[in-house]
Parts: sequence; C-alpha cells; structure tokens
Amino acid sequence: MFKVLRVVIGRDLLLSMRRRADVANALLFFILVASLFPLGVGPEPNLLRTIAPGVIWVAALLASMLALGRMFAADYADGALEQMLLASAPLGLIVIGKAVAHWLVSGLPLMLLAPVLALQFDLPIDALLVLVASLALGTPSLTLIGSIGAALTLGVRGSGVLTSLLVLPLYVPVLILGTSAVDAAAGGVTVQAHLLLLTAFLIFAGAFAPWAAAAALRISLD
Amino acid sequence: MSRPSEAAQSPRPSFGGRINWFKYSSPQSFFPLAGAAIPWFAAAAALFCVAGLYVSFFVAPTDQQQGEAYRIIFIHVPAAWMSMFIYLVMAFWAGAGLVFNTRLSGMMASALAPTGALFTFVALWTGALWGKPTWGAWWVWDARLTSELILLFLYFGFIALTAAIDDPRRADRAAALFALVGVINIPIIYFSVQWWNTLHQGASVSLTRAPTMAATMFAGMILMALGFWMYSIAAAFIRVRCIILERERNTEWVAEYMREQR
Amino acid sequence: MLEVVDLRCERGERALFDGLEFKLPAGALLRVAGANGSGKTSLLRILCGLALPARGDVRWQGESIRALREEYHRQLVYIGHAPAVKDELTGRENLAVSCALGGTPADAAVVGAALERVGLDGYADLPARHLSQGQRRRVALARLAACEATALWILDEPFTALDTTAIGCVQEMIAEHLERGGIVVFTSHQEVMGASITAYTIELGG
Repeated sequence: MFKVLRVVIGRDLLLSMRRRADVANALLFFILVASLFPLGVGPEPNLLRTIAPGVIWVAALLASMLALGRMFAADYADGALEQMLLASAPLGLIVIGKAVAHWLVSGLPLMLLAPVLALQFDLPIDALLVLVASLALGTPSLTLIGSIGAALTLGVRGSGVLTSLLVLPLYVPVLILGTSAVDAAAGGVTVQAHLLLLTAFLIFAGAFAPWAAAAALRISLD
Repeated sequence: MSRPSEAAQSPRPSFGGRINWFKYSSPQSFFPLAGAAIPWFAAAAALFCVAGLYVSFFVAPTDQQQGEAYRIIFIHVPAAWMSMFIYLVMAFWAGAGLVFNTRLSGMMASALAPTGALFTFVALWTGALWGKPTWGAWWVWDARLTSELILLFLYFGFIALTAAIDDPRRADRAAALFALVGVINIPIIYFSVQWWNTLHQGASVSLTRAPTMAATMFAGMILMALGFWMYSIAAAFIRVRCIILERERNTEWVAEYMREQR
Repeated sequence: MLEVVDLRCERGERALFDGLEFKLPAGALLRVAGANGSGKTSLLRILCGLALPARGDVRWQGESIRALREEYHRQLVYIGHAPAVKDELTGRENLAVSCALGGTPADAAVVGAALERVGLDGYADLPARHLSQGQRRRVALARLAACEATALWILDEPFTALDTTAIGCVQEMIAEHLERGGIVVFTSHQEVMGASITAYTIELGG
C-alpha cells in the first residue's frame, strides 16, 4: 500500500520536474504580489513592518491557491485520474501522495522564498524564523484543504474562480494563525501557542481532508 | 448461468420488491405534501412576525444607553440565529443525501441555501445599521460579524458550486460534500476569528448583551426567530417544489400536473 | 464471476438502460454494442465502480464491488476512452506507473516485454508527446500484456486508432486471457473477434 504512495509521489514529482515552468510561474506570482504592496501603500518602513506578515501570508495563500489547478486537472483530462480511482490502494492515500508532491513543488519553495521577501519589508530576524516555521506548518494545510476544492470543481466551467470561492473561506483559520504568529514574534511575544495551534490544524486537516477530497473525486468522476 | 443476450434488457417494474423506507423521500409524493403545507407555514410566519414586531417595538423597554436604535437587534439576532441554523439543516440534508442517496435531500439542501444566504445578509446588513449609531462605523471587524461574513461566503460557494455543475445529481452531491466540509470548519473559523479579534482589540464590544436582557426583549427575539423559522420552511418548500418540477419535467406525473394547472 | 443485478443507468434524467442483468463466468467474453450515446461507456464505468448506477448492483465473486473496492481494483484492468498516458513520461515510465497503481508492480523486464509485445520496442524511451494517437493507445494496451494475472479486463473501444497488426495483437492477448480463465468485457461497434471465440453480446439502446 505504501508502495503506491511512493509511486504517486515519485510520479507527480517527475511530472513537475518536466513541467518546471508551471512551478516557476506560481513562485513569480508570489514574489510579484508581495512586491506590489510597498508600491501601493508607500515605502514607510514602520508601516511595511506592520503589514509584512499579513502581506506575505496572503500572497503565499493566493499563490498556493493558484497552484491548486495543477493538482488534478491534467490527470482528469487525460484519464489518469480514472486509473487512480481504480488503484489498489485507498483513494485517500493517493490524495495524500498527490498533496505531498504538490506541496513539495508549491508550498516548500514559497516557504524558502518568504524570508527573502520579508527582508524587503524589514522584518526582524526572529520574526523571519517564525515566518518560515508558520509557513512550514501552514502551507501543507492550505494544500490539503485546497485539494477538496480542486477535486469538487474538476471539469466545471470557470473552475479556477470557483475553487477560490470555495477554498478561501476555509483558509481563514490558517491565515489568522500564521500571521498572528509572525506578529507575535515581531512584537517579542512568545509564539509557541500559535505554532501549536497551526500544528493542531495541520494534523486535523491531514486526517480529514484527504478522505473528503477522495469523496469529492469520486463525485466528480461519476 | 444466464445468457447475457437473453437476460439483457428484461423490463422490470420500478421499485419492485424493494421496501420504500422513506415514503416521502420521493419527490413525487413530497410535492403535494409541500404544496399543502406552504399556506400553513406562511400564515404561522406572518403571525409570529407580527407578534414579534409588536413586542419588540411597543412592549420591550427602551435601552438607557443606546435609545431606540437598539431595537434593530430584534431583527439582527434572530436573523443571525437562523443563518447558522439553516446552514446546519442544509448540512444535515446534504449528509442524508450522500448517505442514503435520496434525491429529495439534495433538492432540500439547494432550496435552503438562498434563504440561509438571505438571513446571513440580513444579519450583516442590520449589524451594519446598528453599528453606525452604536460604534460610529458601518463596519467593525467584530468576531461575530466577521464569522457571519465568512458564513455568507460559504453560502455563496455552495450556491455557485450547485449552479456551475450541469448534471443535477453531481451538483447535489458535490455541494453536499462542500456543505459538510463547511459545517466542520465553521466552529474552527469562528474560534480562530474570535481569537484574532481578542488579539487585536480586546473583547470590549459584544453584540448581544445577554446578562442584562429584559424578559420582554428575549420574548421579542424568540417570536421573531419563530417567525423567521416558519418563513424559511415556507420559502424552502416553494423553492423545492420548483426544483422538483424542473428536475422531473420528463416524468409522467409532472406532465399530468402541468395539464391540471392549465 | 462478474454479476450484474437489475442495473439502471440515467444520464440527464433519461434512462440509458434499465433492468440489465447478466452473469459472466470465468473465461467469458462480453461485447457491449449499441449506437452512439446508448450507454456503452456508462455501463463499463459502472462495471468498474467509477460511476454509481441509479439502481442495482455489480458483484464480483458474489460480493458487491462497492464493498470490495480496492480488493476488486486489484483484479481489474480498465482501459478507458482516454488512454491515461502522460505526455511528459516515456512509454516505459507510463506503463510502470500504471502497473504499480493497479497493484501489479512490473519490473523493467516485464515492462520491456509488454511494450515489445504491442510493437513499441523502438519507442519505449520516447516521451509520449512524440507518439502518435495509435501508439499512445498501444502504450495503454501494453498494460494487458504486463497484467496477465489480473482476472477481469474491461476495455472501452480497445480497437480504435489501431492498425491491423495491433488489432491482431490485442485479439491475441484477449484470446490468451480467456484461455487462462480470465473475463473480458469490451465495447465495439463491429464484431472484431474471430469466429473461433464465442462472445456474448449486449445490444444497448435496443
């Protein structure tokens, strides 16, 4: 059973490797969105420092949401998803595999890029570390929850906008926990509670979302 | 072993030999029942609302701090209650539809969604109207208002998903799953928003002032809530009848019904 | 044994078929025929468990496939309308992945032999985007050669886009599978199997 998990992760990573442009585009989007804010609100350092956690988190959230389209759509179009529904392992496990691979090429690079962006906003070093930690705990949750939305809207016209409509309200807790963790760190307060809550949310999403997404895939392919 | 070529396409009576557990779960038998029930629920809604409005405008005492403006909570609070209650009922029907594969459940869920969205909107609107004289701003990022706003987004997501999928069965099932995911998430969203709220401004303002509420005020709210509840049932039944007619338009009984209507 | 009980399928409020019943013992071949839109693909998808019937049940060895799920999938090869061949992967990678997903992992030798069997030995290491329609189809069908031990084959229009040699090859694989006691269900407009094999036929939309 875990062999299937490994096969799915390996396959999706290989596919992303051979379609590197898609991965790069989402990252460029992330950088662009975050860089637009100083242009919009002005270069005042104190203001930038205040809005930095929110801006970076929202940009990361939007970028990871944009990437959701890649998760199932191509496999849906060429019939590979049908084969996954008929695989010898539970569909929830395959969704976990796809989510892991998806996070490795969408969430992980965001997490690694975020500190560089944060320097643009003059965040203190302590807050940088917390930002990375909060993204490390938060972006997998985003991918997991997003997989439900992506699965529900497969093959539907205007599925990109619809996915965001479905998924963004569900992202609210992650956004709140993530930004407040960075805020707390910037304010010199202990961040343990925030990170623990993010972890709890991740565990909850990891236990629940793959099966919901699996059910959604079954509905979409019916 | 039977030869497939012979056994194929043997006509069978529908529902032959099968126990029909939920008699009214078939749209055909529910349709007249809902039709007969609508006037009663509508009348009850009117009655409760008139009584509720009377109590809230003429019986309930004037608030010393907020004056007469506070009376908007007689609409605001029951609407907020209904918005959450309808989401729960919708999720219940959605879950029932997924588990028992009954068509009517999905129709009920999609008939409830617009009413739920309406009450959520009313709650937000009246909240804003109340906020202006009370806090001096149309919108404050209060935990309850923010949660209510996210609830409105969830309703819109449900409606948009149902509308975007052409096949009604898939639309019902996909929307049902989304409603269930939403219902699990709502408490988490609510608590996270509340937590965020306390972080940023402290729990200074709270919309309902439960401890100091007079008995007549509570009665007014309850009466309004009952009125809204009855209205929701009547509205959902009217809508579900439309959905049934639309979905079953190719069946014999709908054709007959349409002939009778002419 | 594959058994279908009182099956009804609806598409857009219209019944495609109703009250469909049959039993297929080991070694049986079933051809599903019918006009376009008569529900051939829908029937096959229901047989796989991809689609839910409006009524009725599909049973494998006496048990409902909805209860068996993965256990049933392990004994099933489904090749659908879309060949499920990824453009970015080579024929070899495509086949290895689909075998592993199906629960019958194939080593390099088996994969190579299977691709050779369908006449793709020269193209095994080319990304599938460089292959023609018929060649992609053959990559998908190579799975049959690699998964001989899988009891049930469900094939949606396996002969479309194939040249005569490839059609002969697929016919041969099906015949061998039947001899092993396997079950094959396929859709086709024409009677493509040779006269030596007796196929049951279902005419849908009749």
